[in-house]
Amino acid sequence: MPQNPLPDPEAYSRLLADAMGLPLDQADLAEVARNVALAFRLAASFMDYPLPDDIEPAAIFAAREQAHG
Amino acid sequence: MAERDWTKAPAHAIAAAVKAGEVSALAVTEAHLARIAALNGKLGAYTDVTAERARKTAQAVDAKRASGKAPGPLAGVPFAVKNLFDVAGLATRAGSKINRDHPPAKQDATLVMRLEAADAVLLGALNMGEYAYDFTGRNVHDGPSRNPHDTARMTGGSSGGSGAAAAGGLAALTLGSDTNGSIRVPSALCGLFGLKPTFGALSRAHTFPFVASLDHLGPMARSTRDLALAFDAMAGPDAADPACWKDAPKPVLPELDRDPSGLRIAIAGGYFRAMGQAESFAAVDEAAAALGATDTVEWPEAARARAAAFIITMVEGGALHRERLKTRIGDFDPEVRDRLVAGNLLPGSMLVQAYKFRRHYCALVAKLFEQHDVFLAPATPCTAPLVEQKTFVLDGQELPVRANLGLFTQPISFAGLPVVTAPMPAPNGLPLGVQVIAAPGREDLALRVAHALEKQGVAISIVPEIT
Repeated sequence: MPQNPLPDPEAYSRLLADAMGLPLDQADLAEVARNVALAFRLAASFMDYPLPDDIEPAAIFAAREQAHG
Repeated sequence: MAERDWTKAPAHAIAAAVKAGEVSALAVTEAHLARIAALNGKLGAYTDVTAERARKTAQAVDAKRASGKAPGPLAGVPFAVKNLFDVAGLATRAGSKINRDHPPAKQDATLVMRLEAADAVLLGALNMGEYAYDFTGRNVHDGPSRNPHDTARMTGGSSGGSGAAAAGGLAALTLGSDTNGSIRVPSALCGLFGLKPTFGALSRAHTFPFVASLDHLGPMARSTRDLALAFDAMAGPDAADPACWKDAPKPVLPELDRDPSGLRIAIAGGYFRAMGQAESFAAVDEAAAALGATDTVEWPEAARARAAAFIITMVEGGALHRERLKTRIGDFDPEVRDRLVAGNLLPGSMLVQAYKFRRHYCALVAKLFEQHDVFLAPATPCTAPLVEQKTFVLDGQELPVRANLGLFTQPISFAGLPVVTAPMPAPNGLPLGVQVIAAPGREDLALRVAHALEKQGVAISIVPEIT
């Protein structure tokens, strides 16, 4: 797994939670930050994956369009 | 001759007997209500039992038959739904404390209406992991659902009550939802056949969502024929779900008994042959041997697919619950809350890249189906862990159970593929599941192959003695 690209997950999480208006208790900060760090670590595996600029990112996708047979 | 115990009969046998007049729908319903009263305390399957509604529906089915009209294909089949489905008169709790403060649903979910239109009988709503963000079947508000094969063990989740009810004989058919594996994991751990259809094949209207771009609904039961009957009864367009196909899928039941020997079946290799305990891979090998499948094909980009599914789940799920997190953060299960909060803190470009990667991945996966019709993969990395177990060891690494029970299911649902979980016994006596995976829109092929395993006795689902 790639190195974590987020140097201080707790500081990041506190800043963003406040900006998003999410009431985050200090006691819960470490676990939220652990999840944020995990997300960054996992996302690093595909963030730089080469994809064409025009690839469709639509959230609702039609799996059936690829049907065969 | 002893009277048949209808709580242990598969749905298709119940429907056939009700249609033939061998048993009334009301008698089948009463037998199930009695079993629920006796065993629900041990299994934690139901959160609401709609007994009066069930009796009225069953009486209507019996009256229909008595009047000379042909009962529907699911005549008298007792079914129950994960409590994220709207059931008129019940608050749609979705496993949460918060939603039970909502007013009762005014109408049923589309799939509930369609099953009742086929003359099935709704028995109630089922326990689930909070807001479906779960692979274990634990619920801090309602208690865990417990595995009928060993009540000290988890059902898997998040459709844990759906697994406990169908495997325990508390319903012949249950409905679950599957965003990353929530039908397939409990089906495997509870020894059930489960169908996660192609994304968009079944309407999700009037159910509580989790991840709009990954949510699927589907049936769990004790035979492939039951899945086929239920799928055909539920399929069809529904303008109320924007992801639902505009045209009805082809019925799958007429294809079920076709010999699968001409199909090109392969074992999914690479990612799907690591990070599991030996019995999970042995089950796949046994299924492959029974089907005469010898090819193993490297499945492309499964690890990245799982990572991208993880991000989409976190962000879409987090966004869905943002207002509830702002106003009622203390009412969430802490393990769910922390992931939903984290999902609100991730950058937008991360989500868009995950979506774009999904499009690329779907194209890679589509290529696999140019050479093969069906793939086999483990459903879970192990048999059911203990209810309170937090970690397990896979390939020498100690990992959290909650996040990793779905490591083999996530990359498949990420491409929206149809999958049937076929239950197989492990050497320790507990069930395991094999995923039978087909191309988008080919539920018929996944069901045919799972049915062939069932006919050979390789895949089997039984109601165990519950102690």
